[in-house]
Amino acid sequence: MNTAALPFVLSMREALQTARLPGSGIGWLDSARAEAMQSFLANGLPTTRNELWKYTALRALSQRAYAARDEQAATRAIDESASALPGIDGPRLVFVNGAFHADLSKLDALPQGLSLMPLSQALADQPEPLRFLLARRPQGNADAFASLNIALASDGALLRITAGAQIEAPVHLVHIGAAADHDVAWHSRGYVEIGENASLRLIEHHVGAGENTHFANLACDVVLRERASLDLVIVQDVASGTTLLRRTDFDLRDDARVTLHALELGGALTRHEIRAMLDGDRARFESRGAFALRARQHADTELLIEHRGRDTASDALWRGVADDRARGVFHGAITVAQGADGADAKLSNKNLLLSRDAEIDTRPVLEIHADEVKAAHGATVGQLDERTLFYLRSRGINAEDARILLVRAFCAAALSRIEPQALREHIEMLLLAHLPKQIAP
Amino acid sequence: MLKIDNLHVRIAGREILKGLSLEVNAGEVHAVMGPNGAGKSTLGYVLAGRAGYEVTQGSVTYDGRNLLEMEPEQRAAAGVFLAFQYPVEIPGVNNTYFLRAALNAQRKARGKAELDSMEFLKLVREKLKVMQLSPELLNRAVNEGFSGGEKKRNEIFQMAVLEPRLAILDETDSGLDIDALQRVAEGVNTMRDARRAFIVITHYQRLLDYIVPDFVHVLADGRIVESGDASLAQELEAHGYAWVAERKLAGADA
Repeated sequence: MNTAALPFVLSMREALQTARLPGSGIGWLDSARAEAMQSFLANGLPTTRNELWKYTALRALSQRAYAARDEQAATRAIDESASALPGIDGPRLVFVNGAFHADLSKLDALPQGLSLMPLSQALADQPEPLRFLLARRPQGNADAFASLNIALASDGALLRITAGAQIEAPVHLVHIGAAADHDVAWHSRGYVEIGENASLRLIEHHVGAGENTHFANLACDVVLRERASLDLVIVQDVASGTTLLRRTDFDLRDDARVTLHALELGGALTRHEIRAMLDGDRARFESRGAFALRARQHADTELLIEHRGRDTASDALWRGVADDRARGVFHGAITVAQGADGADAKLSNKNLLLSRDAEIDTRPVLEIHADEVKAAHGATVGQLDERTLFYLRSRGINAEDARILLVRAFCAAALSRIEPQALREHIEMLLLAHLPKQIAP
Repeated sequence: MLKIDNLHVRIAGREILKGLSLEVNAGEVHAVMGPNGAGKSTLGYVLAGRAGYEVTQGSVTYDGRNLLEMEPEQRAAAGVFLAFQYPVEIPGVNNTYFLRAALNAQRKARGKAELDSMEFLKLVREKLKVMQLSPELLNRAVNEGFSGGEKKRNEIFQMAVLEPRLAILDETDSGLDIDALQRVAEGVNTMRDARRAFIVITHYQRLLDYIVPDFVHVLADGRIVESGDASLAQELEAHGYAWVAERKLAGADA
């Protein structure tokens, strides 16, 4: 197949000329973008032969073309309630269809030690310090979308915490997909760096404002210096037609700690590739998450954890629920590298099918090349337990409520540690609202 | 209150109950005893409405209604309660939340106002005292990590909160030590009154030392083969179930 002739590929190639990317004209940036585009064009879209795309086919996407930008993005009038979260009133950085939206953002009076700004602004002010981020070549593990991201990223969140700073109020990063005249493709490049001994609470929020069938491609690097800590809550509730592909690379130095909580609800095709490199000794990466899918939704979580330092720990607890003809994918691959002695790796993935036509594929993979490693992993796919349902009904709870109660409880373990409580309750409500009113027996 | 007439029940094509008849009036405590495999648990499940039990013949009338046509939750709302032999663990569902949801669902079905969390908590504290259960139990997931005895006591606690009119206790005594057994019996005895009936299913006579039944029935091979007062349980304990079978055979010969 001549992939270069695919509508998707053509529209991406054209975008490099028409997107009017910020920083255009800067020599090193232009050549990095051109090179990344060449790499994308040479390699094409990943196929299901690629292990990381095994259950996520891109045939439908490849036939679609997208506009390179939404001209009105930065000025669209969007109700603030679209992205409001209870109890969250700290710094906020909002992007609409990929472009920085100043009116919705709240960047004044940032706490000491926090630097937060859109990439587009940083490029306009002082491009040179961004060279390390934007002029990189697609690396060995980069796929088509990583290359596209380098070639076409027009904006994104830049967040830095200086050493020792404790940022108490959660920082709210919002990506809004808003209804527009055309299907728009946008590419976002983020960078988060947490200095030594610093801590950050961060909410990454993907949401829709009006129905749309946009394509979003986000990449973010998160670097935690020695003894830094991050509590990250991801809420993904985009419009039902959206294609949303994300990749987050975590790099943890000595004694760094990440706790991630993710709820994936929306979108037509969504995928999140989470890569955690536990480089430092005693680094710890905890991840919890759930997806709840319906209709013909397709959601793919790729969790790739690499233990490299000594005495590192990872603990992953993920849940999946699929109804109707939805398709869920979970791939949890934990590698304990040679020399990463004393690693402790736990992975649990349980899935629930609510209809006969739903499907969830789960693959836990554990690869150990070190000594004195503790590792446990398990994955299941099942249905609601008839005995449990009967138990609830025998106490007076009707069949429908009993099923919803059980599905909710099933996901609760993955969301139970979200703080503050108001946010957790809101997230549980979002989940509840997404569950089918009637779950087939 | 409850009239079971010539009930035949199959599970997966195999006939388990083969013409069981039993009548229970308000205020009465009936013990149903019998050897393993006689169909005791099947009786409990059929009355509570578990799926997979095929009634091929006979009828069950509860307060003049056809019980077999009612959904499990409708039976619960009508006052039927089954204390499970093996209570189910439900990770992620808080015991208090579950019980309040159950109580309010029943109250709603009966056209009564739902209890708010303060009213409910007050009720629950009273009942906990009666059952001598630790309040800490309430904050745990339903039956998760409970000991065998805790699970059984939790069943009786649920019964105390839900206040059913017909309570069926399926081998609630199995796996209990003597202290737990006495607690469970106390819980049941405090609830005995003229408007409420109990069917106590048990393999051993031991529980009946503490919950003294008005009637004892022997269930064997899917039928009630012998009925009597509390003294029948003593005789069974002394002679074993084979004794009933022999008497039946002797009766058939005569």
